[in-house]
Amino acid sequence: MSKIVLTVDDSRTMRDMLMLALGDAGFTVVQAVDGVHGLEVLESMAMPDVIITDINMPRMDGFGFIEGVRKSERHRATPILVLTTESDSVKKERARSAGATGWIVKPFNPDKLIDAVRRVAA
Amino acid sequence: MDPLEAIKVTFFQECEEQLSELESGLLAMEQGETDSETVNAVFRAVHSIKGGAGAFSLEPLVRFAHVFETTLDDVRAGKLAPDNNVVKVMLRAADVLADHVRAARDGGVVEEARSQELASALEALNGEAPLAPIASEDFDDMPGLEFTPLTVSDDDGIGDDFGFTPLAAGIIELEPEGPALRRWTVHLRPKNALYAKANETGLLLRELKRLGDIQVSIDPADLPGLAELEPEHAYLSWTIVLTTDRSQSDIQEVFEFVDGDCDLTITADDVPSSLPAMGEASIDEPFDVMALIQQAQADVQAAPAAAIMAEILAPAAPAPVFAASAPSIPVPVAATAAAAGVAPDAAHGAAAQQATIRVDLDRVDRLIDLVGELVINQAMLAQRVTESGVPRSSNIAMGLDDLEHLTREIQDSVMAIRAQPVKSVFQRMPRLVREVAAMTGKQVRLVTEGEGTEVDKTVIERLTDPITHMIRNAIDHGLERPEVRVAAGKGPEGTVRLSAAHRSGRIVIEVSDDGKGIDRPRVRQIAIDKGLIEVDSNLSDEDVDNLIFMPGFSTASSVSDISGRGVGMDVVKRSIQGLGGRIAITSRPGQGSTFTLSLPLTLAVLDGMVVSVCDHTLVAPLTAIIESLQPKAQDVRAIGPDAYVIAIRDTYTPLIDVGAVLGYRTTPLDPTKGVALLVEGEGGARAALMVDAIQGQRQVVIKSLEANYRQVEGIAAATILGDGRVALILDVDNVVAARRREKARSDAKLAAAG
Repeated sequence: MSKIVLTVDDSRTMRDMLMLALGDAGFTVVQAVDGVHGLEVLESMAMPDVIITDINMPRMDGFGFIEGVRKSERHRATPILVLTTESDSVKKERARSAGATGWIVKPFNPDKLIDAVRRVAA
Repeated sequence: MDPLEAIKVTFFQECEEQLSELESGLLAMEQGETDSETVNAVFRAVHSIKGGAGAFSLEPLVRFAHVFETTLDDVRAGKLAPDNNVVKVMLRAADVLADHVRAARDGGVVEEARSQELASALEALNGEAPLAPIASEDFDDMPGLEFTPLTVSDDDGIGDDFGFTPLAAGIIELEPEGPALRRWTVHLRPKNALYAKANETGLLLRELKRLGDIQVSIDPADLPGLAELEPEHAYLSWTIVLTTDRSQSDIQEVFEFVDGDCDLTITADDVPSSLPAMGEASIDEPFDVMALIQQAQADVQAAPAAAIMAEILAPAAPAPVFAASAPSIPVPVAATAAAAGVAPDAAHGAAAQQATIRVDLDRVDRLIDLVGELVINQAMLAQRVTESGVPRSSNIAMGLDDLEHLTREIQDSVMAIRAQPVKSVFQRMPRLVREVAAMTGKQVRLVTEGEGTEVDKTVIERLTDPITHMIRNAIDHGLERPEVRVAAGKGPEGTVRLSAAHRSGRIVIEVSDDGKGIDRPRVRQIAIDKGLIEVDSNLSDEDVDNLIFMPGFSTASSVSDISGRGVGMDVVKRSIQGLGGRIAITSRPGQGSTFTLSLPLTLAVLDGMVVSVCDHTLVAPLTAIIESLQPKAQDVRAIGPDAYVIAIRDTYTPLIDVGAVLGYRTTPLDPTKGVALLVEGEGGARAALMVDAIQGQRQVVIKSLEANYRQVEGIAAATILGDGRVALILDVDNVVAARRREKARSDAKLAAAG
């Protein structure tokens, strides 16, 4: 059975790129458009194996989303990768202290992305 | 299409959305709305563009967006106050960013000087010395050797590992064709935080195993007794002996995500190992941690840890083990409540998000075409039924009536799909105003109203040019320079108002300014100089104002680079008429001018009056018709061999025989035998069109005559009627004008003869 990845990003371009790369690698991709939507989708979807989230998003940003996931009994142990454009150590650290498992630096190439997903996926 | 290319198309579409978000956000900031939501939205727009541009390696765009983003980040962080000056620079930067996006999309380049100027202006705001922005990012991305984070464990503080990085590199240099195997010892002591972030020791072991052969041992010395054991705490230490040809930084990279969340030492054994067989196991095969743990279990009960390990390392059969360990995880009640609190909001948000879908325009157009065919077919069917003599009250006829209602509703709904707010056109105008204002040295404020007014997409697409031109004109010709305005008792800043509204089934767009108004004596003089009117013409103020719509008229004494693009108001007027619209002007000296455009909401259907002329069926647009009447002999006066006027309520109106204008007949129709349609043409001029008879009123689907045949004088388009025949749709303005031209020619002939 293919692994399930939830991607949370407000940019359609980025969602499409993630979908393309992950889909080609055989993952099943579920998409959400911001943090609030992401938490909602999580409630109704099958357990994702990995969550990938952007940081800058309207309504609820990536930090809030990660904290929300970690508070959820069902998903607190789900690996979360954050997408960061700036290899900005401050943002990375903030994401980690919110509970992020790892990170992917944008722009990513598909191999790097898949490698990061594989590294954290059980 | 290549999927990546398709995403690129999406990216550029999204860029346009982000750019308009950016602009409206900045404009809001200009009005003093500097709350964090607005600033964040502006930041996100630029950030998003940069992110996507990076994915497609659009370097100049990334570079500029990066500088812009840095400034916005300062504003967001409260380091830079978004005062008027700052916002003005950012608005101009937004324009340049838009140029970069379009250059990237259309394969052009943005003028380097301009881009650099704005980039420098932005950097000046940051208070930073200008530096090549991309360089700083590359620097961040570079896994510089001296930065390789060799984590040293807190307790033993072994620092002598540092020497090995250059050594490893040296080996690779010396023996590039056959890297030597080395043995490394990795000590790993996870902290609680490692597991809290959903990292797993088992996965780290799996990664290490990809690098080479590993031997793992567990030190359970820190495990407390079951009574004191916290199920979620980390107690085990791991020692891994790794035999690999990879460098230390490769090993280090495995622990990248857990940096700081574990104690880690990596030491190399100085003696190169004797080469052990790499083993038959495939790389992804889970490492057998269970055996190790079972060994440890001999001493200590470490059941929860074992269960979790097993779950990770044996993905083939994780379920029962996980089920066993799950109850041991404490239930965070507060978190559940918090999640529940979020839910209603989330549901609402999701609904809002899903309220729109993107559809390829081709599909909508095809649907519209099909519905058009449906309407025609329905009409034909109705006609056949009527012809077959089925009584009106029969079930068939009544069913057909219902069908007609449905068809009409389908048609309206389909048309609504294409309807879009004029916002997309309006939001291009602030930039235009800024540019023209800068070029002319005038101070201009643009006020827009009714941006949400919806109109068919094809109409919107063709509105941009006319509106652009009218706004240019309003600033260039309408508004005065600041000092002139002040002298005239006005504020130095002129106002250009752009508004849209629905009015009686049409959209009305107004462009007005509070400038000097039309200089009528000058307009009149120019028209005389250019031979457009006679010296002694008796013209009303309105007539003079309308002279600016005449071809070849231009009031600019020098061809400025703003309005003087070789198109005048005559072109604007023609393009508006091409859309089935009208344009009118009102002006008051010293107080400004207003241009009013009135356009149909759609170009696909038309309410028409079906008439007969010489056995031909024609359709006259209902919007042009004021009334229809049967001329009485005493009201009609001949004013020449073949020209008539008709008295309608004490006003003489030219009577135009449509059949003669279209060349259907040479002998004019006896006015008393036909029907006159009183129509209002361009600029409000009225005329009465003579037709043989009126058949009825009907909505018709417009089929382009130009696309299927060619342009015909006096004919706007064609349609297919219920009986399957093609009927031509009259271009009322053109028919009236044609008649005038003809009259002018015959007048000239008469004058020459006399």
